[in-house]
Amino acid sequence: MQFPGRRRKLNTNSVQGELYEHLLQFYGQPPIENISLTEFETLAVERLKLLKTVENVGISHVKVSEEYKKKLDSEFKNLNFPNKESEYDKRRKDHISHFILRLAYCQTEDLRRWFIQQEVDIFRYRFNDLKPKHKLEFLHRNDLQYGTIGAEEKQTLMDKLVNSSYAGSGTKVEDQDIYKVPFQDALDLVRTRKVYLKAGYVYIPHQDIVTIVLNDFRTRLSKAMALTARSLPIVHSDERLQPLLSHLSHAYVGQDYSIQKNVGKISLDQIDSLSGKSFPLCMRQLHQSLREHHHLRHGGRMQYGLFLKGIGLSLEQALQFWRSEFIRGKVDADKFDKQYAYSIRHIFGKEGRRADYTPYSCMKVILSNMPSQGDYHGCPFRHSDPELLKQKLQFYKVSPSGISQILELVKGMHYQLACQKYFELTHNVEDANFSLNHPNQYFIESQRLLGGGGKDLKREVETPQKTKPAAAAPELTAKDVPEIMEDLDSFFQDA
Amino acid sequence: MLTLDYDPASLPDLLPLYYRRLFPFAQYYRWLNYGGVQKNYFQNREFSFTLKDDIYVRYQSFTTQGELEKEMQKMNPYKIDIGAVYSHRPNQHNTVKSGSFQALEKELVFDIDMTDYDDVRSCCSAADICSKCWTLMTIAIRILDRALREDFGFQHLLWVYSGRRGIHCWVCDEAARKLSVAARSAVAEYLSLVKGGEDTVKKVILSDPIHPFIKESLTVVERYFSRYALHEQDILGRKETLDKVLALVPEDILKQTLKILTCLLIQFNNHHFEKEIMLQYCYPRLDVNVSKGVNHLLKSPFSVHPKTGRISVPIDLKELEKFDPFAVPTISLICEELDRPKPGEDDEKVDDKENEKDAVERRKIRDYKRTSLAKYVRYFDQFLDDVARSWKGELLRKSDLQKEF
Ligand code: SF4
Ligand SMILES: [Zn+2]
Repeated sequence: MQFPGRRRKLNTNSVQGELYEHLLQFYGQPPIENISLTEFETLAVERLKLLKTVENVGISHVKVSEEYKKKLDSEFKNLNFPNKESEYDKRRKDHISHFILRLAYCQTEDLRRWFIQQEVDIFRYRFNDLKPKHKLEFLHRNDLQYGTIGAEEKQTLMDKLVNSSYAGSGTKVEDQDIYKVPFQDALDLVRTRKVYLKAGYVYIPHQDIVTIVLNDFRTRLSKAMALTARSLPIVHSDERLQPLLSHLSHAYVGQDYSIQKNVGKISLDQIDSLSGKSFPLCMRQLHQSLREHHHLRHGGRMQYGLFLKGIGLSLEQALQFWRSEFIRGKVDADKFDKQYAYSIRHIFGKEGRRADYTPYSCMKVILSNMPSQGDYHGCPFRHSDPELLKQKLQFYKVSPSGISQILELVKGMHYQLACQKYFELTHNVEDANFSLNHPNQYFIESQRLLGGGGKDLKREVETPQKTKPAAAAPELTAKDVPEIMEDLDSFFQDA
Repeated sequence: MLTLDYDPASLPDLLPLYYRRLFPFAQYYRWLNYGGVQKNYFQNREFSFTLKDDIYVRYQSFTTQGELEKEMQKMNPYKIDIGAVYSHRPNQHNTVKSGSFQALEKELVFDIDMTDYDDVRSCCSAADICSKCWTLMTIAIRILDRALREDFGFQHLLWVYSGRRGIHCWVCDEAARKLSVAARSAVAEYLSLVKGGEDTVKKVILSDPIHPFIKESLTVVERYFSRYALHEQDILGRKETLDKVLALVPEDILKQTLKILTCLLIQFNNHHFEKEIMLQYCYPRLDVNVSKGVNHLLKSPFSVHPKTGRISVPIDLKELEKFDPFAVPTISLICEELDRPKPGEDDEKVDDKENEKDAVERRKIRDYKRTSLAKYVRYFDQFLDDVARSWKGELLRKSDLQKEF
C-alpha cells in the first residue's frame, strides 16, 4: 500500500550529497531519484556480477587474507564499484544497484540468504579497509556506541583476553581498547569462541569490532529484505519490472531442481544401480547407509529425500521407498505412517506450510547443518576425515593418482572441485564441462554422459538449460522495452 | 522387592492415580506462569501429549491451573512435552491467520542423550545405561552448568533426569527465554566441542591459544577422566578400545613413542592430543537442534518415561555425585507407597462443603509427601523460590514504572 502523503520529497541534491559522503553505508535510505529502465537493468546486472565475483573470490581465497583483499581491490576496479574515497558516481551506482537487487533477491529464503551473505562480505571488505579513525567515526555515525573497560579490569582479565582473541592478529591485545558488549550483539564471535565471555558479556578488542558492525548490518539487511518481500505484490503487478526481476534472481541460482520434469520416469528398483553410477558421493553414502541401517536421521532424510524428489520420484514412490526400507529396521508400518510419512509429504509440499522444498545445493550441504554422531548427511569431501575419504575412494576404484588429485583439492577446501574431479574420473572424461554446484546437477550430467539417459531411465531425462558459470552476464529479456522513467523509491516506501 | 518392578502394561492403570493424587500441579503452574509477569504467558504455552498407542496431540493449551489439571486427568498422557510460548493460544492456532501464529519465547534447553556416546562407551550401547557410563552425564552437567552460569550469566538452571538415558537442562532466566534462534544456536555452538559424524575419527581438534572456556572444561574432565575412562571403561585395557584411542594419536608421535618411550612427557608437552582425547571421550555431546529452535518440544519434568516407568525428576546439583538414575522412583513404586498405610494419620473430618476443595488440595500435598517423589518436589520448590525472587524484582520494577506515570 502506498501513502502518497508520507513520501519524502526532499531537495534531491543535498540529500544525495549526504548520502554519498562516505564510502561505506548501511543502505538505510533508498534511492530517491528517477532512473530509466535501461539504467535499472544495467545497474542490476553489474551488481550481480560484483556479487558473483565476491562469492567466487571468497571460495578460492581465505576471507580477510591479504590475497583476498588484493583480489577484491582489482575486481572492484574492473567492475567499476567504489572502494576508495571520493568516487561519487560509483557510490551512486553502488547504492542504487544494491536496492535493485534487494527487490530481485527478497523473494525466497534461499535467495535472501545468498544475497545477504555476499553483501555482508562486501561490507566486511570495505570496513576492514577503513582507517581506525574512520572505523570509529562509522560506529558513532550509526549509533553503535559501546563502553570500553577500564585499565584495572583489563589488567585482571588480560590473560583470558589474550587467550581468547584471534590468533595472528596485528596489534597486541594489550595496546587496544576493549569493548564490553552483551553477548547477543556479537553472536558470530560467541559461536566461534573467538572472544572472552563472562557473565553474559563479551570483551572485544578494538580490532575485532568489525564483527559487531557486521552483525548489525546483517540484522538490518535481513529485516529490510523481509519488509521488502511483503511489498513485493506491488512490484509484481508491474509488468515491466516483473520479468526483469525474476530473470535477475534466476541468473544466479539458475536451476533449482525443484521443478519436477521427470516425475515417474525412474522406477524404484533402478535406484540401487543409479546410486552407483550417477549419484554424487554425498547421496551414494546416504543411500548405502539407508540400505544398511534401514534408517536415516532427520538431516539425512531431508538431504536425500529432496534429492530423490529432484531426480523424479513421485510422492507415492517416495512414500513406498522410505516405508519399505524403514519397516525392515526398528520402525513398524504403523509407526512409519504416524511419524515419518508426514515429513515425506511435507517435503513434497503436501503438509504443513505447503512450501515446495527445493533440493539442497552443494553450498547448502557443505555449509549448513554439520553432521554429528549418527549422521550420514553432509558432503563427504567436506565432512569426512581425509583418511576415510581416501579409503572410500579406493573402495570405489578410483586410481591412486586420481585420489591424490582429489585429496589435494580437498586440502585447499575446494570441495566442489574435488567432487567434479571425482565425476571426471568416474565418467572417464577429461573435462566435465560444467561447474558443479548442485547434487542434482551432478546426477543429470552423469545421466547425460551415460548414453543420453536412454539406458538407465525409461525416457530421456530432459537436461535443464545449463547455467552459465561464474560471472557471465545474464541475458535479459527486457531488451526492447522502451525507456520509461521509473521511480524506484515507491517500492521502498514501507521498508 | 518384586512388587516394585515396573511393568509397562500397568501404565494405563497407574497414570490416572498419578495425575489425580501425585503430579505436582501447583508447582508446575507456578513455574510456567513465572509470576504472571508477562500477560498470557501460561495461557499461550504449548503442551503436547503422547497418548496410548503413540497418538500424538500437539498444540494443547490451558487457561488456568485447574483446566490443566482437569485435562491431564482426563487424557492421562503417557508423555508430556513442553513447547514455546506463542503469540496466540496454541489450541486456537487454526483460527489465526497463517503466518501470524508464531513461537515467541521458551526456556533455553539442552538435551544430552547417552546414545550419542556410543563410540566411547564399552559397557553398554544404545538405550542402555549403567552406573559406569552415568559418569558421563555428571561430567556434562558440571561443564555446562559452570559455563551457563559463569560465561553466560544465567542463574536459574533446572537439570532434569529424562527418565531413561539422558538429561535435560531448562534455563529459565528471563533473558534466556527471550533469546532469538540465532542466539540459541550461537550458545549451543559455543558449548559444542565434539564435532563430526560417523565418518570422523578425530572429533575434537584444539588450536592455540586454548580458550578459557575449554580450559575450564578440561579442569572438570581431568577430575573424572581417570576414574571414568581408565577404570570404569578401561579404554587402554582391551585391544579394540585401545585401537580407538591410538587412532587419535598423531602418527609421528606414535613412531617417536616407539623409539623413545623415556622422553614421553617432554615430547608430548607441546601437543594437545592428550587433551583432545580426554575431551573426545568425556566432553558433553549436545543435540544442537534441540537447543536452537524456539518451537522445539522437550519432555516435561515430572512426566513419566513409558518404557522405564521412571519419573522425570529434577536433579539437585548439591547431591549430583550421589545421583543414581536407578534410584529414581518409578510410577509403580510411588503409587504403591501411596497405598501403604501411614501410621498416625487419620482422615481429617471435612464438615462443610466450603472446605472440601481445600481438603482435596491438602490431601494431595500429603499424598506426594508420603512417597519417594517428595524430595524431588521439595527441590523443585526451592528452585522455584529462587526464580520467584527474580520475578518479584521484575514486578516491583513494573509497578514503580507505573507510579512514575
Ligand atoms: S560437492 Fe556437492 S554433489 Fe559433491 S558430494 Fe559434495 S554436496 Fe554432494
Ligand atoms: Zn554403561
